[in-house]
Amino acid sequence: MTTKPTPRVRVPAKAAAGEMIEIKTLISHEMESGQRKDAEGKTIPRKIINKFSASFNGKPVFSADWYSAISANPYQSFFFKATESGEFTFIWKDDDGSEYTAKNKLTVG
Amino acid sequence: MISRRDFLQATAVAAALTTTSGLGPLGRAAAQQTLSQADILRFEPQGQVTILHVADIHAQLMPLQFREPAVNLGIGEAKGLPPHLTDAAFREHFKIAAGSADAFALTSDDFVSLARNYGRMGGLDRIATLVKAVRAERGADKVLLLDGGDTWQGSWSSLQTKGQDMVEVMSALKLDAMTSHWEFTLGAERVKEIVEAAPFAFLAQNIRDKEWNEPVFPPRKVFEKGGVKVAVIGQALPRTAVANPRWMFPDWEFGIREDELQKQVEEARAEGAAIVVLLSHDGFDVDRKLASRVKGIDVILTAHTHDAMPGLIRVGQTALVASGSHGKFVSRLDIAVKDGKVADIRFKLMPVFADAIAPDPEMAALVTKLRAPYAAELAKEIGRTESLLYRRGNFNGSFDDLICDAMLSQRDAEIALSPGFRWGGSLLPDEAITWEAISNATAITYPNCYRMEMTGAQLKEILEDVADNIFHPDPYFQGGGDMVRIGGMGYAIDVGKPMGSRISGLTHLKSGKPIDASRKYVVAGWASVNEGTQGPPIWDVVRDHVAATKTIIIKPNDAVKVSGA
Amino acid sequence: MQTQLSTLSRRDAVKAAAWALAAAAIAPKLAFADEKAVAAEIKKLYGDKPMASGKIKLDVPEIAENGLVVPINVEIESPMTEADYVKAVHVFAEGNPQPGVVSYQFTPACGKASAATRMRLAQTQDIICIAEMSNGALHTAKANIKVTIGGCGG
Repeated sequence: MTTKPTPRVRVPAKAAAGEMIEIKTLISHEMESGQRKDAEGKTIPRKIINKFSASFNGKPVFSADWYSAISANPYQSFFFKATESGEFTFIWKDDDGSEYTAKNKLTVG
Repeated sequence: MISRRDFLQATAVAAALTTTSGLGPLGRAAAQQTLSQADILRFEPQGQVTILHVADIHAQLMPLQFREPAVNLGIGEAKGLPPHLTDAAFREHFKIAAGSADAFALTSDDFVSLARNYGRMGGLDRIATLVKAVRAERGADKVLLLDGGDTWQGSWSSLQTKGQDMVEVMSALKLDAMTSHWEFTLGAERVKEIVEAAPFAFLAQNIRDKEWNEPVFPPRKVFEKGGVKVAVIGQALPRTAVANPRWMFPDWEFGIREDELQKQVEEARAEGAAIVVLLSHDGFDVDRKLASRVKGIDVILTAHTHDAMPGLIRVGQTALVASGSHGKFVSRLDIAVKDGKVADIRFKLMPVFADAIAPDPEMAALVTKLRAPYAAELAKEIGRTESLLYRRGNFNGSFDDLICDAMLSQRDAEIALSPGFRWGGSLLPDEAITWEAISNATAITYPNCYRMEMTGAQLKEILEDVADNIFHPDPYFQGGGDMVRIGGMGYAIDVGKPMGSRISGLTHLKSGKPIDASRKYVVAGWASVNEGTQGPPIWDVVRDHVAATKTIIIKPNDAVKVSGA
Repeated sequence: MQTQLSTLSRRDAVKAAAWALAAAAIAPKLAFADEKAVAAEIKKLYGDKPMASGKIKLDVPEIAENGLVVPINVEIESPMTEADYVKAVHVFAEGNPQPGVVSYQFTPACGKASAATRMRLAQTQDIICIAEMSNGALHTAKANIKVTIGGCGG
């Protein structure tokens, strides 16, 4: 990994109560599958982000376990039914134990 | 539907005079006397809206010859259905007399004598005459002109101007909207540059950016015509990123996207559209399936597969139109709307007989101006042909045989691979092979002719893969053009078999020996979808071969044995 | 180009040809998962519990444009209330070196059980999707995705 994985999130800043919003996320990461070999024929060890999770005001909303078939620079989208204002926390967990976090505020009303 | 009857009446005299050989006793003059511009335009108008449709012009500014396929197999549910009918079966289905103008325009047998009789077809100046005449007759506020795409690619001038010549011509024609396929091989930046400046809409509901999965182009546009709202939804070739080099548009993702299309239809209806048109580049069989699954489309204007049919095909409430290619036809649909819904559609496939239609002077002048920088180069005679040279057909075409011969000789290869493109004009026996003729069959933005080694097993794998793209029984799994053309090697194909077991009997033609799966063969080919492919442009390879050979003679190609059709 | 060829794998050589292979970056010599491997994974999760069809919309391209980046969108029909929601969704690939692709955990807060990501596919294969509802009911759906060497574009 040459650069630190950078998460990016697209969440509407405002929503009406009861509105269904789509949340789109991306993170730069090579997602090394552990199935490739280097020039000397040695297997390149697996290093992927294995877990993505989203919570709102501390309450879990959605999570995904990613396996080695997930593409590089993984994309994940999902939905959220807006009921109150608050803050999303998005966490990506790397095989190497690192965690990458993003936060986004949502105003409902 | 009046159109067929009228056109048959108009050409009945010509048909009666002709023998089965096609060349009537009074020859071309008689045919021209019976076939006038007025006959071609004759139409009993109806309703509030007229739609004119052209597709797959492939940058052909000038009239040309284009022979329709003799082999166009339908697979699965499409078996034996139009447009998968050729020659006598096609004429029988559409009630066309052998030797008639329609037979010449729409079928392939007896092409040479009929071509000498009826002359060339197409030309943007002739198309302009038809379009203007319909606008004058109906009132421009009732007429919508739509282009199904594959317009900016296919000629030397379009290649040199990066599509600008065609953009200017289509702008002058007051095009309302288009969708696309080959346009994307100009590269994403160039396409966006054109689209931002163009006076017409560029519509594609099925293209997303790869990063955020957002639409790249407007999906639809609503036009108000004759007091009626007409929604036009664009559908680019879903397989563009598979069939063409995706590195030229690396950030875009295509696909059929039925669900999103259904949403587009529903949104258009909610906006008050009485007529919903899909301006499609899916290819006919994909659109036939799509029409049975996506509800609420009134008309699908098809393209990509270059089919021309003098009648509508109906799937449920949806009418499918196939307007041919290379400027040979302009489709006209008059649509009557009652109580906010389509009540009736009247259709005519207008054949653009260049000798029967007076060129529009303004468009003729524009075409001359656009071609002027290249005119001398284009007219240059490189050699002559004694054989009919044509492209279309599922397995081979004599123009492709010429290209394969050129690669075998100029690149010193054992086997040549040439893509199954559907575009490019035909040349009659004893015609000059000009630079224009060569470039019309080769003008693409990834022309390099590579030379490399492949094993027999790899050659079979390529044939199986391409065959599955054409003969997969489900049209949604098909993509691309006709079967790859092969020089120096024969094979047998059972089109009814599944992927991996269609191809057999690979034979090295020169030695007569079976292709050895493990042996390496020197292979030349062009139009690689890989970035950085090395080799001279294919047009130079063909030019050098033609110049060295002087007179081209192509023997009938029986190297592909077809079964299972 | 000819001299390089001998060092390339069979699939890489095909890629070098006019009709380029999309999925060459996944090493070709590995053993691939198959129907049995996917069935074993599912058994680990849910034993021999019966599965119904329906309720799952598995939206994938018929033909992958790039085997390394194939979009997959799943949507499960559900009211997504506290009493009745989709708990988990698992996606498996029958023709990849390992069967697992992704597992989702939904909550009623999602409002809609729909999620999209992008995956790598080594070859033409079936994708299997299992949805587990909050009452324990299981649903399954399957889609075939073709990974082609492409080219020859009309």
